[in-house]
Amino acid sequence: MATQPEISSTEEPPRGRTRPNMVWPFPPRERPDLPDHEPATLAEYLRTAPLDAVDIADPLWWENDVEGVFLKRLRDEAPVHFNEVNAARHRGFWSVTRWEDIMAVDTNHQAYSSEASLGGITLFDMDPDFIMPMFIAMDPPKHDVQRKAVNPIVSGPNLAGFETLIRERTAEVLDGLPRGEVFDWVDRVSIELTSRMLATLFDWPQEQRRKLTYWSDISTSDPELPGNPSKEERQTILMGMLQEFMALWNERVNAEPKTDLVSMLAHNPATRNMPPMEFMGNLVLLIVGGNDTTRNSISGGVYFLNKNPTEYDKLRANPALVESMVSETIRYQTPLAHMRRTALEDTILGGKHIRKGDKVVMWYISGNRDERSIEDPDAFIIDRKRPRQHMSFGFGIHRCVGNRLAELQLKILWEEILKRFDRIELIEEPERVPSAFVKGYKKMMVRIPA
Amino acid sequence: MAKIKYIEFDRTEHVVEVANGENLMEGALGNNVPGIDGDCGGNAACATCHCYVGDDWLAATGPRSDSEEAMLELADGMTANSRLACQIIASDAIDGIELRLPETQH
Ligand code: HEM
Ligand code: FES
Repeated sequence: MATQPEISSTEEPPRGRTRPNMVWPFPPRERPDLPDHEPATLAEYLRTAPLDAVDIADPLWWENDVEGVFLKRLRDEAPVHFNEVNAARHRGFWSVTRWEDIMAVDTNHQAYSSEASLGGITLFDMDPDFIMPMFIAMDPPKHDVQRKAVNPIVSGPNLAGFETLIRERTAEVLDGLPRGEVFDWVDRVSIELTSRMLATLFDWPQEQRRKLTYWSDISTSDPELPGNPSKEERQTILMGMLQEFMALWNERVNAEPKTDLVSMLAHNPATRNMPPMEFMGNLVLLIVGGNDTTRNSISGGVYFLNKNPTEYDKLRANPALVESMVSETIRYQTPLAHMRRTALEDTILGGKHIRKGDKVVMWYISGNRDERSIEDPDAFIIDRKRPRQHMSFGFGIHRCVGNRLAELQLKILWEEILKRFDRIELIEEPERVPSAFVKGYKKMMVRIPA
Repeated sequence: MAKIKYIEFDRTEHVVEVANGENLMEGALGNNVPGIDGDCGGNAACATCHCYVGDDWLAATGPRSDSEEAMLELADGMTANSRLACQIIASDAIDGIELRLPETQH
């Protein structure tokens, strides 16, 4: 199913692939002319529009949570499909939507590169004027060397040492929540908790914890969206971040080794002598990697349990289900909707001829809903048989190194929630992040009954 | 049918029978043996079925593939005895094999 040996010779090379590199700023985005942008209208359009007329990278779909309608059509009708619309903005890319095909790309790092200078790991290329060297956007052998240095720091036995502290911080946040009052779960819990967690893991001053969140948000923000810092502003802000981390590193590299991640990196023989920019890159990667992914899994859990009250009942009746509920939440949310690769050679994927240099986008969020590989994939089932078999952490050599940390944080959170609150009620539909990369929530109003 | 002994990190032993042709990650999951996760479903793509095979049995389990090698390279506590359980297929040749499991999968 994943690959067929035929190349159809009549197939025209899609236009986008012959265009030169993108020039900033990009031309305006082409959008269909629709009467309004209500979710129902958008979903109806995605259900019926010709496959070649839709740009699935458009944040509009994602902000309204309707992208799944189109991704299902791609899975069924065109599992490896070239997205041509708006190629002047993203050069055009292959959408890979079935579990098996995504697995084939993810496990073939010889043919599909993560390299930053080729554009990196997201659909929209990394800013070529500001590349921080991070192993997530490197190929072997360099990737392997750096990953190995970080690996033990976020391994199970090492994380066990953090557990008590994580539980304490979590309890503090939950105990501070109002009862019988409407509040924003994203701000009061999801962001608050992840920023405290980051500050804890890096032994960063707690009172400055939101700075970590801010930097992480900036580094993944789209400079083109209104309200976000421009490309130049973004570079200045991130340079400021590097300076502050540099100071921290200088301080810790000469001090007694401690158990925070900065000290560990500064004292580990494998990372100690890294060039400063590389060291920074890895530090930033740990911050960014663990920030909005975990944040949106925290929010997602509340949303899904509210939409599936029988599952919420099951969980309340049997808190031992927390672990599998956490995995199911991470699958169902898919906090990073895709990862991208660049083809290093001509290959065949799902019967399509992928040319050297093409962008290949693995839609994990679609693979996680592929009924060819997951039973009843559109249902949120907290005690499903194999809840860990999902794609949200990716597969192959770049598979998420922080997965255990993320799972631990979420497990502790839900254990502590169940001890305290009978219910967290969703008050209205959440506001979502307009992004085809970070699948998440900006605001989610809830109430904990008095 | 092969008799497989899975030995958890705390030395708890689980002896189960695995049908010929089935891989030893499935053999663990199907028999509720803890300590193996099998997140990728047996594609040598997650390394959450990491285990250690004793010297005496290494030859019988055959060589590692390139993708198994690449994943093991990045696993915690990789040694010459490391294998991915999903890449070992039950057969008469490995009847009686022992697999030691790591402290945690990652
Ligand atoms: C639910 C939470 C999380 C999700 C869904 C997630 C998702 C992912 C995905 C899909 C990848 C694969 C990248 C690729 O194939 O190109 C990845 C890699 C990575 N993640 Fe996570 N992540 C999460 C939490 C974390 C946390 C808490 C950390 C911090 C410790 C982290 C650090 C990393 C790093 C360093 C990599 C790069 C690994 C490599 O390239 O070898 N992640 N993550
Ligand atoms: S189950 Fe994933 S590597 Fe064996």
